[in-house]
Amino acid sequence: MDNILIKKEKNPLKTTLHTVYYIIVFGLIFWGFSGIEYKGIMQTAASSMRALWQGFVHPDLVYATNSTIDGLPYAILETIAIAISGTFVSAIISIPFALLASQNIVGQKVSKIGKLIVTMIRTFPELILALIFISVVGPGAPAGILALGIHSIGMLAKLFSESIESMDLGVKEALESCGGNYFEVLFRAVLPQVSPELISYTLYRFEINMRAASTLGLVGAGGIGAPLIFAIRSRSWPRAAIIIIVLIITVTIIDQISGRIRKKLV
Amino acid sequence: MQKLIVPKPKRLRKYSLIMLVAFMILGSAWFAGFNIIEVLVNLFKGGRLLGRMFFPPNFAYIPRIIDPMLETIQMALVGTFLGAIVALPTAVLAANNFIKTKWLHVPLRLILNVFRTIPAMVLASLFVAIFGLGAFSGVVALAIFTFGLISKLTFETIEAIDYGQVEALMSLGANKMNILRYAIMPQILPQYTSYTIYGFEVNIRAAAVLGWVGAGGIGQTLEYNLAWRQFDNVGTIIIFSFAIVLVIDLVSAAIRKRLV
Repeated sequence: MDNILIKKEKNPLKTTLHTVYYIIVFGLIFWGFSGIEYKGIMQTAASSMRALWQGFVHPDLVYATNSTIDGLPYAILETIAIAISGTFVSAIISIPFALLASQNIVGQKVSKIGKLIVTMIRTFPELILALIFISVVGPGAPAGILALGIHSIGMLAKLFSESIESMDLGVKEALESCGGNYFEVLFRAVLPQVSPELISYTLYRFEINMRAASTLGLVGAGGIGAPLIFAIRSRSWPRAAIIIIVLIITVTIIDQISGRIRKKLV
Repeated sequence: MQKLIVPKPKRLRKYSLIMLVAFMILGSAWFAGFNIIEVLVNLFKGGRLLGRMFFPPNFAYIPRIIDPMLETIQMALVGTFLGAIVALPTAVLAANNFIKTKWLHVPLRLILNVFRTIPAMVLASLFVAIFGLGAFSGVVALAIFTFGLISKLTFETIEAIDYGQVEALMSLGANKMNILRYAIMPQILPQYTSYTIYGFEVNIRAAAVLGWVGAGGIGQTLEYNLAWRQFDNVGTIIIFSFAIVLVIDLVSAAIRKRLV
């Protein structure tokens, strides 16, 4: 009988290379652990854990039903409003950036520059953007909207340009051969073809922005984050608990709805 | 001659949908108090501040922010590592094609969803209240967040594997552990590694701002300088951390491209 088992070929160079990779990774992790100082759990930790648990068992329902400007419903609505406006702003601005980054629209060289710009926008942390906008336009929801609007360009323009690059070029060429100018080609050939995907990505980014908008308030850019951080800093756990619970429920519902719409779209 | 132009379908549904979406967008802009003219006016006023931050930034401050930056990277490394280690077994249990009882994967997924819903900053501020100020609280927050992220991505990958290999092993009488080791793991490991590296990218960005709530890293230095209105130092911190994050992003994106 022939030998059925085939021995894996072992390449000495590859093995050494793999060993080097493992050493580098574990070295990095050990270096990481060496830098994290574990000061032990605070003596109050047990009692604050118990208080936190008590908070989740008896959340502050009065706050949740307070429909004035200081209540929870207003803060949640403001968070959703920030997420919607921010997503809309970024979806509009993303289209020119996406065109700039697509190689079948502007050519190889320009698209590389466009892609680099988009990557740079994506890398910039949104909270720092929010901080910058707060110092520029003052604290409040508009700073949050601007921060989300700018930051989301990074992801949206990348996804948009990917779907533009993978689209069917026939329609575009047909219009060009009929003598369509640049804007006619853009609005009659490119955008109609990719618009379902564009809307789907925008909705997906809206889900992410919902989460982001809830942290923007921590630095003062409007939304639910501000009451949450106040509640946590002043150790009023029932209030912190109700905010977190309502936040989780809201985000989950929005995720479900937008997920359904996205499934239908593409 | 046949009619070549097909009549367009009724537009009522489409237009009402567009109206609804437009109403939601305008309504939310109004609700959040977003006034484009006011924003532009403030932008011109606030431009001076940007000038103080970035033209020129205080480059002499760089030596003093290297240590907090290193701490940020360490936090991201440890947080990713801890989260990823726990995520792998959880993902195997949460996938519905390896262990086929509903009683395990439905509650597990619910928990994972909750973990992913709470932003890392909120987790960090909770842990600062429990563990005290410092990098440790940040690491715990990052680990939990990464755990939720990587578990979700990985169990989806497990559910999408080529099931033929599992069946081949089953027909040979292999037990669950053997199937896991020889059919599932080899198929998902490249993706899992890629997700872990992606988690590290996300964590670096998160760790850079966690200091805002007192959870260590460069964010703490940033908050301190903003509070003292040292805007030229703020500009330096922003540029420096942006450069580091960009380099890490580009490197890890290159690694991920080669992996999958």
